[in-house]
Amino acid sequence: MMPPKLDDPLPGRTGAIVRRLAGLPPRAHFALGMVLLFVVAGVLGPLLVPFDAAATSPPDRLLPPGTRLSDGAVAWLGTNQVGQDILAAVLAGMRTSLTVALVTVVVAGSVGLLMGLLAGYFGGWADGIISRLGDIQLAFPSLLLAILLAGVLGPSMLNVIIALAVTRWVIFARVVRGSALAVRDREFVDSARVMGASHGRILIHYILPSCLPPLLVAATVQIGLTMVAEASLSFLGLGVPPSQASWGSTIAQGRDYLASAWWIAAAPGAALALVVVSIGILGDLLRDASDPMTEL
Amino acid sequence: MSTPALAESRTRDGDGPPLLELVDLVTAYRLRGGLGRSGAEVRAVAGVSLDVRAGETVGLVGESGCGKSTIARTIVGLVRPSSGQVLFEGRDLAALPARELRGLRQDIQLVFQDPYASLNPRMTIAALIKEAWRIHPGIVPRDRWDQEVRSLLDRVGLRPEHADRYPHQFSGGQRQRISIARALAVRPRLIICDEAVSALDVSVRAQILNLLDELRRDLGVAYLFISHDLGVVHHICDRVAVMYLGKIVEIGSKESVYLRPSHPYTQALLSAAPSLDDWRDGGRREIVLSGDVPSPLNPPSGCRFRTRCRLAQDRCRDEEPTLLDRGTGHPVACHFPETDPS
Repeated sequence: MMPPKLDDPLPGRTGAIVRRLAGLPPRAHFALGMVLLFVVAGVLGPLLVPFDAAATSPPDRLLPPGTRLSDGAVAWLGTNQVGQDILAAVLAGMRTSLTVALVTVVVAGSVGLLMGLLAGYFGGWADGIISRLGDIQLAFPSLLLAILLAGVLGPSMLNVIIALAVTRWVIFARVVRGSALAVRDREFVDSARVMGASHGRILIHYILPSCLPPLLVAATVQIGLTMVAEASLSFLGLGVPPSQASWGSTIAQGRDYLASAWWIAAAPGAALALVVVSIGILGDLLRDASDPMTEL
Repeated sequence: MSTPALAESRTRDGDGPPLLELVDLVTAYRLRGGLGRSGAEVRAVAGVSLDVRAGETVGLVGESGCGKSTIARTIVGLVRPSSGQVLFEGRDLAALPARELRGLRQDIQLVFQDPYASLNPRMTIAALIKEAWRIHPGIVPRDRWDQEVRSLLDRVGLRPEHADRYPHQFSGGQRQRISIARALAVRPRLIICDEAVSALDVSVRAQILNLLDELRRDLGVAYLFISHDLGVVHHICDRVAVMYLGKIVEIGSKESVYLRPSHPYTQALLSAAPSLDDWRDGGRREIVLSGDVPSPLNPPSGCRFRTRCRLAQDRCRDEEPTLLDRGTGHPVACHFPETDPS
């Protein structure tokens, strides 16, 4: 009656994580490194190279990357048409982008999680209302809806977050609903019901744990997409107010100078592309790792 | 180690309400219909009356799809009955207020067939067992939980030091022991075993059956033992009910039903059971049933078994036989029961 000898999953957990990280393909290391770099840059960068949207410096207009400015500093990514350092703008934009994306995904993810759990677990009319609402909303292109909302609410970071969260919750709700639906009729959930467990206990201890891995995958992908959406809104002038930097508004500034001063639009554009691609790679890896066959 | 006489007195004593009583229980599932119309109704359980007394083991046998599991799920409240009553100690479960019902839930526990699917894979054994006490506070004081987990594991034949392992680290038989320990944690008076040993291999099956028997002797729990395996039911049960297509066709003490099966279906089941057990005398004829079980969507008129019965006559089509003792020693639902099988 010896139980099968298997490794206990709990001891040496950090060791296992390190070993797993080392076994990942090179693109994963690239993506992970890139995301970490951008996060650090977004958090610390604006402290080192402060960006002031109101400050202008006419003598330093449209300087190419690497030029020494009138105050002696070096503009590694050049300057824009009012003499502001592009590097500082990109770093500040990084912070805006990160903040908006994270808060949006957390808000939309929480709402989606709650809605998805209600719809998937209880079914019936709750599912009917939530799913139909989601279907109706998905019939609109999400950016169009965001533009409408942002336009109505006016430019501010909070309003951008609201506009984007409203367009995103459906995606999370659908993912969670699917997982909840798949697990709610499993035998071990029935066994909790027979035990007399309340709906709340079953939701938290039985349904929720199965919904989190797919939710995490969806959230990762959505962070990248939300960054693009935020940049799009700011590009159109519906995003964060001009007093705050955003990649979208910096790209918009550079639009008229693409031929003469390409670096204005290229720097934030490249940053956006890199970080979104990196997050996408991470999302794919997470998706592979949370394969349902290995999950239970 | 109780004497047969004692067991007899325990199962037969008292005219008070039985522990569990099903009164004309009907459980129907509604099939998904097309646009704008509701689907057909399948009566998986079509009027079953059955009682289980304290400390008794009642076997419920029948082919797959005859409604055995639906009965189990109805009793524990996973499915709502369409009509009829489930009485526990004379109290109708459907009529009880929610809070009292939750209290009663701890008296009836269910052990599922598949020990691989019925334990939450993300909880340790200790957590699975302690959950019972979280849901029903007051059974075991919190400071004695660890101690009680160890003694329960010991009770069901597992090593107490394995309490912190996860279900996937155990074999099928061990997991079924965990399920039993979890069921026992709430001190139930009735355990429903829904094909609880069917997924286990033969040697492990015997161990689990012996464990169940031991628990009954020591703790006085009653079992409703659902199985398609006549050998297993013969091994453990005091009384046996045979189901066909949502109805009980024959019910009686183990000895009576196994030695003198009166319903043609019971006879066919018994003759088909591959077994070295003692209830079969060498000379019994083989009865092979022809055809399939009819769809419960559209059951035959009259006797539900008539389409496959070798004794069927016109009367079986027109009139549904009731479950009555027809000189057979125990109730049987057949117009032409064999009273003296040759």
